[in-house]
Amino acid sequence: MDKESLAQVFARAKSENRAALIGYMPAGFPTLEGSKELIRALIAGGVDIVEVGFAYSDPVMDGAIIQEAAEIALRNKTGAKEVLEVVSGVSVPSLVMSYWNPIERYGVKEFTEALASVGGVGVITPDLTIEESGDWIDETERNDLRRVYVVAPSTDDSRLAKVADKCSGFVYAASLMGVTGARNSLSDSASELVARLRKVTNLPIAVGLGVSTANQAASVAKFADGVIVGSAFIKLVLQAPDISQACREVTSLARELSDGVRQGRVG
Amino acid sequence: MERIELVGHFGPYGGRFVPEALIGALDELEAAHNSASKDPEFQRELSHLHKSYTGRPSIITEAKRFAEHAGNARILLKREDLNHTGSHKINNVLGQALLTKRMGKKRIIAETGAGQHGVASATAAALLGLECVVYMGEEDTKRQSLNVARMKLLGATVIPVTTGSKTLKDAINEAMRDWVTNVSTTHYLLGTVAGPHPFPTMVRDFHRIIGIEARQQVLEMTGRLPDAVLACVGGGSNAIGIFHPFIDDAGVRLIGLEAGGAGVESGKHAATIVGGTPGVLHGTRSYLLQDSDGQTIESHSISAGLDYPGVGPEHAYLHDIGRAEYRAITDDQAMHAFSLLSKSEGIIPAIETAHALAGALQVGNELGSGAILLINLSGRGDKDVQTAAQYFGIPL
Repeated sequence: MDKESLAQVFARAKSENRAALIGYMPAGFPTLEGSKELIRALIAGGVDIVEVGFAYSDPVMDGAIIQEAAEIALRNKTGAKEVLEVVSGVSVPSLVMSYWNPIERYGVKEFTEALASVGGVGVITPDLTIEESGDWIDETERNDLRRVYVVAPSTDDSRLAKVADKCSGFVYAASLMGVTGARNSLSDSASELVARLRKVTNLPIAVGLGVSTANQAASVAKFADGVIVGSAFIKLVLQAPDISQACREVTSLARELSDGVRQGRVG
Repeated sequence: MERIELVGHFGPYGGRFVPEALIGALDELEAAHNSASKDPEFQRELSHLHKSYTGRPSIITEAKRFAEHAGNARILLKREDLNHTGSHKINNVLGQALLTKRMGKKRIIAETGAGQHGVASATAAALLGLECVVYMGEEDTKRQSLNVARMKLLGATVIPVTTGSKTLKDAINEAMRDWVTNVSTTHYLLGTVAGPHPFPTMVRDFHRIIGIEARQQVLEMTGRLPDAVLACVGGGSNAIGIFHPFIDDAGVRLIGLEAGGAGVESGKHAATIVGGTPGVLHGTRSYLLQDSDGQTIESHSISAGLDYPGVGPEHAYLHDIGRAEYRAITDDQAMHAFSLLSKSEGIIPAIETAHALAGALQVGNELGSGAILLINLSGRGDKDVQTAAQYFGIPL
């Protein structure tokens, strides 16, 4: 059976009156093989779309948990080759999440071609602005890759329209002002941002940053098309005694979150 | 394909590579800087602080005994070390602190390596009644404990950064994370001509006063322009400040001296232009020290202030178009010049600045007597006494 496209996944979730669940895991964490197992564990628990993280030495949008995972991946010498290898084995639509410099260093043309050739569907670029995206837009178009930019509650309406216009696949809405990492409570800023985005784009909107529990996933699923979870999974891996235990816990959390994105719109 | 207009670029360098969350704040800062630079009241306030607080204009000292080691070229030192807080850093800090107030923000954050920019930021915050938080790599807080105490005495909060290499680059990462979180109330008072637009342009503009004064002073002293202007380059703020007003003077060579550490060939250095490659770090495209995967490589220098794997984008551009030249000075060459200036002129320079002085020894010997060299004496060496004593084996 052919892998579903990103659009098909969002359409199916919509037809099921739920949000899609998007799980993040860095390639090469805690080992190259371990990251592949963890991604299978995410999918086993019901994750619809996978973000494969490309670890970077200076991750300014990431909190302590993802920083630690990135450091481990970098100690394991994880580079573009390993990221592409991990993407190639993912059975659901997968995007790479990468800061800009590793992509530029690999070569924009070379990276987009290589990612497309291993079946990746797109790239999330947290520190690439649309003003610096000339070659990026050309090459992602040429290789039929989705471009996902990350917008924030501080992004004003006119800027939202400009950025969303350059997005394809979906728009990543940061739920709050800050870096990645679990939060005890989510503010109203996410629903306000999504409402403003709806006025300027028809693309699906996925909300990330701070979501770690089924309740939070359910509340975000009320207004968003996708719920993105990263740090909560990684924290489990960091605390687990071994990879098989880590996989079990990751699957279990993914199941809870998967229930969460289905409960949000009930009643 | 529609192209969006590129702002804040120097050829292919510069620009903005930041989370979208910061774009509004960068636009606000750019607008505040643009309006302030045309506002006579703002300029009057800044100029008043320069005169009555910093001690500007800084003087020029001719280093005649030091010149004997530099091919008898005339060596003119622009004495930024005599500024309040001991370096050129105060020029930028006062400008940005005034802009912070203009934007109605009450909190500043800053990164610091050696502690000079942190001390200058804490000073300006105390003067203007702003809350100040300084991020400093844990390694650096140990190496520069005196400056940590100075910042605390000035009322600032110092947060040791324990992530990554625990040095300046990680302090910048942590400051950016704070800014992303608190951007509505907080100004990030970046200490050098790097980072996303408008920082490279704005910080340069606040330091241009060095070159504007010096150009006039050299003309008055010697009746002509210097043959070369020299400055040390870490991020490159003191260098761009003294270079910029000379850029249109085609006969004046602009020479930046980078930290060669144990030698560029050893891989243990911070000579970003001499030994690095173009890439993106901390929001800007410029030269940087990176591996084949685009991961930042840790820099090495005896000078904490030059120990940074990036460099300002305008320097990258000036290098590529051939308007400025960049050389690497090793730790040993810098410490030789440090000692020489101390013993021949009674001026203990910052170790950062000693790299520029080592460059003056080279260039003076190349050009010989009759040449005039203007050197930015960007900081004083009080903060480096411990490092220097250790280097020269002086028991403390």
